[in-house]
Amino acid sequence: MENTVLIGGIGGQGILVFGQLLCLAAMEATDKYVTYFPSYSMEKRGGTSDCYVTISDEPVGSPKAEKSDYVVVFANMALKKFQHALNPGGTLFVDTSVCTEKTDRTDVHVVEVPAGEIAREMGDARVANLCMLGAFIGYTGILPPDKVLDAAHKTIGAKRPELRALNEEAFSKGLEIGAQAKAAHAASV
Amino acid sequence: MERVFMKGCQAIAEAAIRAGCRFFAGYPITPQNEIPEYFSRRLPEVGGVFLQGESETASAAMLYGAGATGIRAMTSSSSCGISLMSEAIGWMAGACIPVVICNVSRGGPGIGSIQPSQQDYFQATKASGNGGFRMLVFAPSTVQEAVDMTYRAFDLAQKYKYPVYILTDGFTGEMMEPVVLPPMRSEEFLAAERKANEAWAVRGRGGAPKAHKIRCGTRFGVRCPLEQKNKEDWEMYERWKKDEIEYETDGTEDAELIITAYGISARIARSAVSILRKEGYKVGFIRPIKIHPFPEIAYEQLDYSRLRGILCAEMSIPPQFTYDVEAVVRKRAPIGTCLRSGGEIIERSAIIEAAKKLYGAK
Amino acid sequence: MKKIYARPKGLYRNINGYCPGCLHSAAGKIIMSVLEEMDLLDRTAMVDGVGCCANNDNYMDLDAIGTPHGRACATASAIKRCSPETIVITYQGDGDLASIGLAETMLAANRGDNITVFFINNANYGMTGGQMAPTTLLDMKTTTTPFGRNPKEHGYPMDMCKILSALRGPSYIARVTCIDVPNVRKARQAVKDALQHQVDGKGFSMVEFVSNCPTNWGLTPLESLRFAKERMLAEYPLGVYRNL
Repeated sequence: MENTVLIGGIGGQGILVFGQLLCLAAMEATDKYVTYFPSYSMEKRGGTSDCYVTISDEPVGSPKAEKSDYVVVFANMALKKFQHALNPGGTLFVDTSVCTEKTDRTDVHVVEVPAGEIAREMGDARVANLCMLGAFIGYTGILPPDKVLDAAHKTIGAKRPELRALNEEAFSKGLEIGAQAKAAHAASV
Repeated sequence: MERVFMKGCQAIAEAAIRAGCRFFAGYPITPQNEIPEYFSRRLPEVGGVFLQGESETASAAMLYGAGATGIRAMTSSSSCGISLMSEAIGWMAGACIPVVICNVSRGGPGIGSIQPSQQDYFQATKASGNGGFRMLVFAPSTVQEAVDMTYRAFDLAQKYKYPVYILTDGFTGEMMEPVVLPPMRSEEFLAAERKANEAWAVRGRGGAPKAHKIRCGTRFGVRCPLEQKNKEDWEMYERWKKDEIEYETDGTEDAELIITAYGISARIARSAVSILRKEGYKVGFIRPIKIHPFPEIAYEQLDYSRLRGILCAEMSIPPQFTYDVEAVVRKRAPIGTCLRSGGEIIERSAIIEAAKKLYGAK
Repeated sequence: MKKIYARPKGLYRNINGYCPGCLHSAAGKIIMSVLEEMDLLDRTAMVDGVGCCANNDNYMDLDAIGTPHGRACATASAIKRCSPETIVITYQGDGDLASIGLAETMLAANRGDNITVFFINNANYGMTGGQMAPTTLLDMKTTTTPFGRNPKEHGYPMDMCKILSALRGPSYIARVTCIDVPNVRKARQAVKDALQHQVDGKGFSMVEFVSNCPTNWGLTPLESLRFAKERMLAEYPLGVYRNL
């Protein structure tokens, strides 16, 4: 069993943290092979930022999967660039507060999460990635939510303990949205 | 065993510290900047020395000086930066200085691109400088291997009193994977080694009966005629062919097709082999762990009567590793290639496709 | 009888191979006799550059390391930092220090690395047969400036003492010469002061020797001394440029 995830957006949106938290949680919670590969443009600020995560029962081949089971996008640019990197039947997670465009793909599932809006309502736009991470876990169930949150507390919380409650709230809100989307998807099938 | 989730570059630096590395000099170049950055924080904690050189040329000359004092020392760079270092790398081979050099390679020739590639195979294995010297060259394909090989590289450098080279790439340097870190070498162990190295190190002669001279054409601080030095080096390279060959194979016994690759390409090739096997193809896998000395024996042991071909997968155009495979296979089987360059990663699907094509060609 | 002069202990008992009249041997002898006087022979590691200066290794009974052309200061900086108790000296010519190794010289000086640099300026590349160096005087003929050094084409002579004095890192910089006895005494003092700076941990020190090259200048030893006095010293004034 191999799960491949591609997360894409713009530098500063917490794209790389999203991917790293998934990996950390997978390392802590499972015996699986885990590989993370970041890629970013030459610009130090505002350029594209994306990362690839593979969680697998077998040793991971390419750190950069050709096609991913899940694609998470935080920008129109990323949506356009990465929607075709999604396996047929895969799931696209879209931050609808930033992405105004829709995917052309009709052979994939789409989970829409207004992560940026939720984060802004909470008073800190930076937690949008954690909200989206919550939705991702709530929908896919590939890792136990508490382990993912633990990983967030360990990494982000270590530097900024005062953000702990905020991170947890953002994650939980996302988790709920993800779970609802999954239930709705199950009901429609 | 505790696993930590680490980036390749940082894991290499931490493994080096644990192996006893107490000196690092380097110059910024993508994609290896996290190695010097990590050392600059970490070395002061263990009483080591970090120096940012004014260039790769100077950094390698600094490494030469540090190695000449008998401590464990390292540098890293990437491709065109390694080319600049080739001056002092040649001197360190010429003067028999135990150091570790890590190339987190990128595109080429020239400045190429900052994206990863395997375009430095010949440079690493055949001509890292003038004068025909060779080094032991490790080629890790996972972060864990990068850790383990870095750790061993320091021991081998000391064993042979010679530079040891790690050829990795920007993918391995940038990727993160869980790793188990090796134990920290004790201060007692390092002090004893440094004491033993005083037999040749240049630190002021102390009470030694003869001054130590280190320069190209010296061994253990003593001059010898150049031809003699060249011969001794050659003898050492020949000994490596017995003692230092390292490779892995999988399913070669009944194989009708071999896929062979090293470093980052090897892990992708291996996953291609696994898929092809599941599809019923009799595919074997050969992967040199050290790319110098080249594991000719792995290819000599093949049953060529069964083989439909050998597929070489590497991220270099034109191919380089493939030439070494061709040299040992000597036309006993058709050789195919699956290549990428310019910062593009080699795809598993492309390897599978090329393998099937070669499989059906006979 | 009182012994007033002896061969410095650190010099091997062979005859050096420098050309007759060349002041490399004078500089080498001064350095070795000062190291002996300061009781530093056993603690010293010499880093020699490429060119005539590399010959020193055959005459000086010191731990020594030969470096790639121009890299002496980089190698020396690393040795000193890895082995702080060692007295680290470099011995370099003008091509080595001021041309191919300019970056290494400048940056070691700028870092204030606690090493002592001995710089032999004879205004040409001696070992390779007398080509133009950064320190070659204007109008001076060399094998690569057959019509004389012309500033429009070749630039001007580089004054390394002045250039390095513009940096904040160095603690001692002096220019000396061995063309006559009074100057030999001053040179001796400068070498001693420079080494004392290192012993005291003050940082980068350099002594430039304005030297000669009778062979490549095409002059007799005596004529070369006269040329050095009249022409070289006019371009390269003697003195202590920095003493912190």
